[in-house]
Amino acid sequence: MNQETSISRNPVAALGRMVIFPVQKMGSVAIFFFKSLILIFSYPFQFSKIIQQIYFIGMKSLLVICLTGAFTGMVLGLQGYYTLSQFGSEGLLGAAVALTLIRELGPVLTAIMVIGRAGSAMAAEIGIMRISEQIDALETMDINPIRFLVSPRLAAAVISFPLLTAIFDTVGIFGGYLTGSGLLGINPGIYFSRVESSVIMQDVMGGFYKSLVFAIVVSTICCFQGYYTHLQSEGFGAKGVSLSTTSAVVISSVMVLVADYVLTTFLL
Amino acid sequence: MTEPLIQLKDVHKSFGQQHVLKGASLSIQKGEVTSIIGGSGSGKSVLLKHLIGLAKPDSGEILIEGKPIGSMSKKERKALKQKFSYMFQGSALFDSMTVSENIALPLKEKTKMTSTTIKKKVDEKLQQLELQGNENKNPSQLSGGMKKRVALARALVTDPEIVLFDEPTAGLDPVKKNAVHNMISDYQRKLGFTAVVVSHEIPDIFYISQSIAMLYEGKIWFQGKPEEIQQSSDPVIQNFILGLESNNDEMNGMATTKKTQQRYQEAMVHLERHKIAFSLIILTLNNLDELNEKLGFVVSQTVLRNFVSAVRKKISITDSCSMYGLNKIMLVLSSTNLEQAREFCTKLAKEIRGNNIVDVQPYPGFCFTVSAGFAEAQKGSSFREVLKSAESSQNIFHEFRVC
Repeated sequence: MNQETSISRNPVAALGRMVIFPVQKMGSVAIFFFKSLILIFSYPFQFSKIIQQIYFIGMKSLLVICLTGAFTGMVLGLQGYYTLSQFGSEGLLGAAVALTLIRELGPVLTAIMVIGRAGSAMAAEIGIMRISEQIDALETMDINPIRFLVSPRLAAAVISFPLLTAIFDTVGIFGGYLTGSGLLGINPGIYFSRVESSVIMQDVMGGFYKSLVFAIVVSTICCFQGYYTHLQSEGFGAKGVSLSTTSAVVISSVMVLVADYVLTTFLL
Repeated sequence: MTEPLIQLKDVHKSFGQQHVLKGASLSIQKGEVTSIIGGSGSGKSVLLKHLIGLAKPDSGEILIEGKPIGSMSKKERKALKQKFSYMFQGSALFDSMTVSENIALPLKEKTKMTSTTIKKKVDEKLQQLELQGNENKNPSQLSGGMKKRVALARALVTDPEIVLFDEPTAGLDPVKKNAVHNMISDYQRKLGFTAVVVSHEIPDIFYISQSIAMLYEGKIWFQGKPEEIQQSSDPVIQNFILGLESNNDEMNGMATTKKTQQRYQEAMVHLERHKIAFSLIILTLNNLDELNEKLGFVVSQTVLRNFVSAVRKKISITDSCSMYGLNKIMLVLSSTNLEQAREFCTKLAKEIRGNNIVDVQPYPGFCFTVSAGFAEAQKGSSFREVLKSAESSQNIFHEFRVC
């Protein structure tokens, strides 16, 4: 920290710094996001790069999403059964599992899993490109680095996240079925009819909107952290990349949960 | 003097507390190789980054073709950027792409060429820079020298008008170093671009540049021709040049130009006091360019090295032998008059023929030729004068032909 703004020397300046700095950062993240959003649509379109990124963010996360989806559904089935059986309403298990997954856990857990798998990779890859002057090299070739590196990732995330969320939800519902019906003996027909009767389009759309917002939050924050690795105040070079990757994962995870709460209040 | 292509006027730049450039002024002429020398951390790379707009000056002006960059429209700046190429110190290759993808990138992104044209251009560059067979490797699988060549290929593939080189030879062994210097000077002559080279390599860099600028304490301390800086009596310049110049050329064990000049002075004293004649010989390797083209830069450097070691075996301990340009060797032979110098050359030519100077034949019937020029020093004549007269008497009759 600067000498002039250390808390003991000048508390007012430190306070100001504590307020101004995050606001400034939020502003630059917003500008960064809008730039990369606009550049997605700039001619010529970067189809092949977007598809590559969809493969990386979406396709390669499939296994992880299926696994976490299955086990989340299974544990929900287990926990739900024991809670519901206290009220003698085991039949509602299908509804409980499906609504929890579609409205809440599906989008959030998908986002968190993708942060761990693809978000950290984005931050690290772009960060290394920054410290090894590859981003400068792009600039000298008059290639817009945001368009070249960030826009395809943003577009791919916006396409992949809802699809991954949908897969997570579906696998999760079957996971709940596996424990509820296969293990604990609920009638399969009742499980699925409850799912069908309780879930309405609004729930599905709510989950869809959430996953869209999470896609934007995750890809923007992770790319932003990588892109500005060289401005990390505490470390440079390899240390800087490690710091950016860490903060990319931490900040985007927290922001996903914050955004989830805000969105839920609006959607309910 | 014509209007310079690029001109820096009183450029200042600080990073935090650090004031790196303190009013640097520099002019770069079109079609020339301008080298920027200076100690480590003196801001050479920063200066170079200003030229291409990677860094903006805190104050001062950068004029390109007489027009300040600051007042250019976005469109003009874009057009300008297309004329530039930049070769980074650390190569800055895209490590997730293959070699050919790296070279193709600027064409793929910035031009409307079809993929077949791009492939043709990339193949051509790969061949020119002797990188065939490495197209599908990743940069991490390449050696340092190869990476430099890929970076050079990427910089040249767009046919730029201005190429900026940030320490192109950093971290290379002496043979490869000279090969890169040869490469730069060769392509510069062939393609006619304007080159700005940031370098530590003294005196090698003098051979390929038309203009040298020395950065010292954030200012351009000196700018002029390579000869001028070498003869400058400014203590700062002398200290800097001598500090970097090692006693012997690391590549071929030859003495440095400075050493040879000292030897000359000593021989001159002998001449004046004891009337012991001495001569100066300049050997020019005529085919070095051809070898560069046909067999590659590393081969030509090896040939040069073989030749030099053959010459060194022939001279006595009181003689001195050093590089004098990319393909010229200078000898000071003590107690030798003009006739003896001539004899020396004839003998050298005869004996060298048997040696394996060139172990590969670029084509059948290839002859490796060296022409020799010699002059006997006269009382009181300066080193330069004798050198000039030796150079002007490039005797074809003493041509060495190694076939």
